[in-house]
Amino acid sequence: MTAFINHFSFEFRTGIRNMQLLLMNYLFPIGFYLMMGFVMAGINPLFLDTMTPAMVIFAVLAATLLGIPDPLVNAREDGIFRSYKINGIPSTSILIIPALTTMLHLVIVSVIITATAPLLFDAPAPVNWLNYILIFIALAFAMSGISLLIGVIAPNSRVTVLYSQIFFIPSILLAGMMFPYSMLPDVAGKIAQLLPATQAMNAFNGLAMGGVADFAPWGSVIALFASGFIAFGLAIYLFSWDSRNTARRGHPLLALLFLLPFVIGIFVG
Amino acid sequence: MNSSVIEVRDFRKIYGDVVAVDGISFNVKQGEIFGLLGPNGAGKTTILECLEGLRNPSDGSVRVAGIDPTKDPHKLRNVIGVQLQSAGLPKNITPDEGMKLFSAYHGITPRFDLLDRLGLREKRKAQFYSLSTGQQRRLALALAVAHDPKVLFLDEPTAGLDVATRVELHDMVRELRANGTTIILATHDMAEAEEMSDRVAILLNHKLASVGTPMEITATGAGLTKISVHTKNACLSDPTLTYPAVKQRVYKDEYDIFFSTNIGSTVSAIINQIETLEDTLIDLRVERPSLEDRFLEITSTRIDSNGGLK
Repeated sequence: MTAFINHFSFEFRTGIRNMQLLLMNYLFPIGFYLMMGFVMAGINPLFLDTMTPAMVIFAVLAATLLGIPDPLVNAREDGIFRSYKINGIPSTSILIIPALTTMLHLVIVSVIITATAPLLFDAPAPVNWLNYILIFIALAFAMSGISLLIGVIAPNSRVTVLYSQIFFIPSILLAGMMFPYSMLPDVAGKIAQLLPATQAMNAFNGLAMGGVADFAPWGSVIALFASGFIAFGLAIYLFSWDSRNTARRGHPLLALLFLLPFVIGIFVG
Repeated sequence: MNSSVIEVRDFRKIYGDVVAVDGISFNVKQGEIFGLLGPNGAGKTTILECLEGLRNPSDGSVRVAGIDPTKDPHKLRNVIGVQLQSAGLPKNITPDEGMKLFSAYHGITPRFDLLDRLGLREKRKAQFYSLSTGQQRRLALALAVAHDPKVLFLDEPTAGLDVATRVELHDMVRELRANGTTIILATHDMAEAEEMSDRVAILLNHKLASVGTPMEITATGAGLTKISVHTKNACLSDPTLTYPAVKQRVYKDEYDIFFSTNIGSTVSAIINQIETLEDTLIDLRVERPSLEDRFLEITSTRIDSNGGLK
């Protein structure tokens, strides 16, 4: 337990000390939130209705997709995992601790956004706080797992950026954060349902913000948790200590299994 | 004190079609500094990685302090310490945090005294990336020995270090040896291997080309001793003059250099010659072949035209 606490404490401090992580965990989401509040709310007043959950989702996407995979890949390539293995640091700690510390940073940022949005921009506060917190946990859990999976299967930093952007950019455009999900064409809507951000936005609207969900909101929560469990499990299974001469336990394409709950959700409706 | 701590038997490692190590055997005794030498690609790193439990042998057996690294990697963690060639630490970690983290996973009290001893007292709160190469190496060594390992692996421990830091590290390694730690030293630096090692193994083309004390290995060479002489009037440079037991001679930087199979007779003849020709001796040096000379001799003579060992 002492080892776990030490490791957690070091990783948490790194999230503030490391400029890249500080940017992804705090500066980028909070800066984007302030910009959207001052600019977007003026252009489109309806944006305010979903501003708080949308900016929390943005913070989760930035901290996980842009903050978790790259340090993992770099640590593996720099031989840090080899050093950890020699000193008895288990692979589960290597994966789970950065995910937990990122979630803690996300709690701080989300509290800042949720507390200040009504004061600064007159954005509505959640009507069901319990559901709001539950959906936040489900999204942070799913995105942390998916980001770990990207870090585990990406062979280098350049590919990491590519994989992360495959989720990040469509999430911003299609998840209902900038404009309502209902405005999407049918096919685009189905594709959007493969994104955790869409599921979270749907659940926030239907269960926490007093709005209307576009599809089953509790299904979205279940899909997020299920996807997170699959992603964490696959990340641990596919983890390799070293990129050189080490056979991976499974094919990297197995990683796509984390999409399964969302695919089922599309068919179940 | 002389029991084997490391036992390697018919060890073979293959990556796909590539043979990295081809059936080698050796033992390392407790409290010994064992140098692992060889050109790049000879198989040193593969041997180290299998001994450290990072890879599994394809064939043969490896035991470290009685533990099979393949079967019992968790037990191995507390009996070995490894200073990797690349430090293997996150760039934002401080020496204090590194010591706390690794000590916690080894289940020991952090040894901050080691950081102080290795000259890192002022840098205990500095982030790893801001440390100099020497400080990073010293930190890696402190972390490797904090849990008092039975076997310490050092991979190019002094590469890129200044002379003072190098001497400091050598002193610490000797101290560890004196306390009974067995040390495996993989290095390209022949002078370091010769100075530090009780025994060395020379790897060539994935096989063991030679193993023994540095003295034994140098003694099995051609046995030529280098005698360098500088006189005021260069009286020895006359090529018609001959000297007993000299196999080869060259003139370089005002020195007549003789390679002799018998130091006594050659030096005696040289002194007589200088007196006879009424010249003045300025400098005379006798050097036995170094481990580096022997290493170069082995690597140049034992590789056949196909790159295999003769």
